Amino acid sequence: MAAVTLLSARGLTRHFGGLRAVDGVDFDLESGRIHALIGPNGAGKTTFVSLLCGRIPVQSGSITFAGQDITRLPAHERVARGIAYTFQITSIYANLSVFDNVALPVQRRGSRTLAADTMAALDRVGLAGLAGQTAGTLAYGHQRLLEIAMGLALSPRLLILDEPTQGLALSEIDGFKALVRSVIPETTVLLIEHNMDVVMDLAETITVLNFGQTLASGSPAAIRANPAVQAAYLGGGHA
Amino acid sequence: MTRFLDRSLILHLAVIAALFAAQYLLPSYHHTNIARIMVLAVFAMGYNIAFGYTGLLSLGHALFFAAGLYATGLGVEQWGLPTGIALIGGLAAGGAVAVATGLLALRTGGVSFMIVTLMFAQAGYLTILYFGAVTRGDEGFVISTAARSLGGLVLSDSTTRYFMALALFAVAMLAKLALVRSPTGRVLVALRENEERSRMLGFDPFRYKLLALGISGLYAGAAGAAYAVLFGYVGATFASIQYSILPLLYVLLGGAGTVLGPFLGALVMFYLIDISSGYTTAHLAVVGLALLILVLFAPKGILGALRERGLKWLP
Amino acid sequence: MEFGPFLLLALMEGMVMSAVLALTAVGLSLVFGVMRVVNVAHGEFFMLGAVAAWFVTQAVPGHPALGFAAALLLAPLFVGAVAALADGLILKRLNYDPEATIVATIGLSYIFQQAALSFYGPDARPVLAPFDLRLQLPWFGYSGYKIAVVIAAALILIGIWLFMTRSRAGLVMRATQADRDTARAFGINVDRVFATVFALGAAMAAMGAVLIVPIQQAHYLMGHDPLLLSFIVVIIGGLGSLRGTLVAALLIGLSDGVISVFFSPTLAKILATLFVALVLVFRPQGLFGGQR
Repeated sequence: MAAVTLLSARGLTRHFGGLRAVDGVDFDLESGRIHALIGPNGAGKTTFVSLLCGRIPVQSGSITFAGQDITRLPAHERVARGIAYTFQITSIYANLSVFDNVALPVQRRGSRTLAADTMAALDRVGLAGLAGQTAGTLAYGHQRLLEIAMGLALSPRLLILDEPTQGLALSEIDGFKALVRSVIPETTVLLIEHNMDVVMDLAETITVLNFGQTLASGSPAAIRANPAVQAAYLGGGHA
Repeated sequence: MTRFLDRSLILHLAVIAALFAAQYLLPSYHHTNIARIMVLAVFAMGYNIAFGYTGLLSLGHALFFAAGLYATGLGVEQWGLPTGIALIGGLAAGGAVAVATGLLALRTGGVSFMIVTLMFAQAGYLTILYFGAVTRGDEGFVISTAARSLGGLVLSDSTTRYFMALALFAVAMLAKLALVRSPTGRVLVALRENEERSRMLGFDPFRYKLLALGISGLYAGAAGAAYAVLFGYVGATFASIQYSILPLLYVLLGGAGTVLGPFLGALVMFYLIDISSGYTTAHLAVVGLALLILVLFAPKGILGALRERGLKWLP
Repeated sequence: MEFGPFLLLALMEGMVMSAVLALTAVGLSLVFGVMRVVNVAHGEFFMLGAVAAWFVTQAVPGHPALGFAAALLLAPLFVGAVAALADGLILKRLNYDPEATIVATIGLSYIFQQAALSFYGPDARPVLAPFDLRLQLPWFGYSGYKIAVVIAAALILIGIWLFMTRSRAGLVMRATQADRDTARAFGINVDRVFATVFALGAAMAAMGAVLIVPIQQAHYLMGHDPLLLSFIVVIIGGLGSLRGTLVAALLIGLSDGVISVFFSPTLAKILATLFVALVLVFRPQGLFGGQR
């Protein structure tokens, strides 16, 4: 199967004052795959995906999604075109019911059978039994799942997960991995992740960011063997 | 779940029925009061759509109320419009002014939004004074009894007035109930709760806030228009800051983000002042203390507190 | 009168307005800058200052200047104390949440109005000027007291500026403004700073009121215009920026004077309110923001 590029970025740049958070990054995302984005703390990962999904405006460079230039589109229109983002710090509607949390993205994608589709979306992550509960009272692991369920309920073409396993128990991580695999290939996944076991297990392609620039990109095996990556991760930080 | 929703519909229909019965049960002294409360409650319901549901704290709603009041009042009194047309004009004026205000004010948020709406309303109030030749400024003008009739109904008659106010109130409340239960209503609440999250679920915050403010303005305009023909007086006081604070007070008292809260707030506040005036003339202090007590001790209002203590189904 | 002298008169009236406005608005700006509180009761602090000045001058016998001097000292102290009390009893309990404090200060303003109405009454009453001097210019005579108002306001503002930049208390306030949490971490008693700032802001409004009350009578509803104009000045000057506030007070005071004299005071206010709304929408940092 020939690789189809779903999203590509060219020369993407965002500076905050003197800090070069993202500095001229070129990036290609192949359709139907799981792509991981890794790098040390402060490497610019979250800023980079925020530029992709439109939370932060692009300073220079361009983004193409499904063949169209989306560089200047506001975030909500990018969502309409199929880019979903789940927050690093859980951002659910704590005062609303679990049902309402997921009904919002379901109605956004234009469902005609709102209640049934919402319950189906909750069922997919195993939260159907908690639909009536207030979201803020859920256990932390369940809140993370709800966050992902909201992204999935949009039926996106690209799902961006920002450190989804942070704070999850080991047992919950296995369930999460199965969930991510189950959305492929209809949905392409871009994953920011610190847990290397999860990355190596899930990702087919890995991009490493460091100081706002691409350090390396390739298969898990190639990344593991890359001396520059090893230096950045193991070489004492000042490499 | 559906059963719960039906329960709330029954409650709201019961309130309308009770108000219908009150016309026959209560002494006539209360008829004018309750008619006025119902009209002001429509104003406050509109305010609640913006503030309680969408989280837009406006300090300029008097402008939308006055737009309806003056469009209708000047319409029948000076431009010779038929009452029905003037009423629709008042409704439309409220909505249009709210949308125009929103197009500018919604570019800001939080405290700036409050001040911008306050300033626009103040400019509107001063404009009414400035064109005193037409508006009669602070003194205002009375609408002739002849103009206060609609399709053979004499609106200055106490009983007719009561039922007209009730009709407006009932339509406004049921429409609001439908709105807050609809998917659109869910998006408005979502914006109040977490704007950034809503944006990242693909909802355009500006568009939905403008919609909420526009609907809110329609309510305010309808209340203003009805006020003009039902009570027959139009004056600049209704455009002043007090009339922007009033719906805020009613909503805070009754419960922000509840369908019945604005009516309950208007009812309680009106009779609080009415009863307290038997003991003191310090109306301003009653209003001020009510605001302070609410914001300090009961920020969710009467129905908000009830909703937290078990009546979770309350819309 | 010819155009030239007429314009001069308008500008002089505008200067008096600017001076009082600057005092009042700097108070509002200080409170917003340090506490992030939008104080809707600020106009009522102004009014309380004027009413207190009337009571003080009534109580002090002898030459009007004596009573006036006492009022200039006591009225701001009284108003500052009321403000500190309101801060401790109400604003602090709301954790200075922006929306809640706005509602609370609206409530306070109603209560202050009622207090003035109950204890002072519905009448407008004059306070005698400390001296009676008329300056005769070639085209018209002008009140010497009005010129004294401008000078006094300038002196008070210089005093406030020295206090903020040179004294330890001022340094503590500016530190709190820059970063509340860090200030607290360095052992600054933020609660006390807030109470002081709120009192100082209110006292400045009261000083402005005492200065104006020999020109414009004290009345329980007189706080409305100063509040509105202070808002306008603070927003145009850039929220929380003292220098911007001063420049804006001059701009608004002078243009208000000129438009009021040549056209109508109502038109001047309409234009000013619309202008400020548009500034907030399109240039939220204020016209002079960024030069803080």
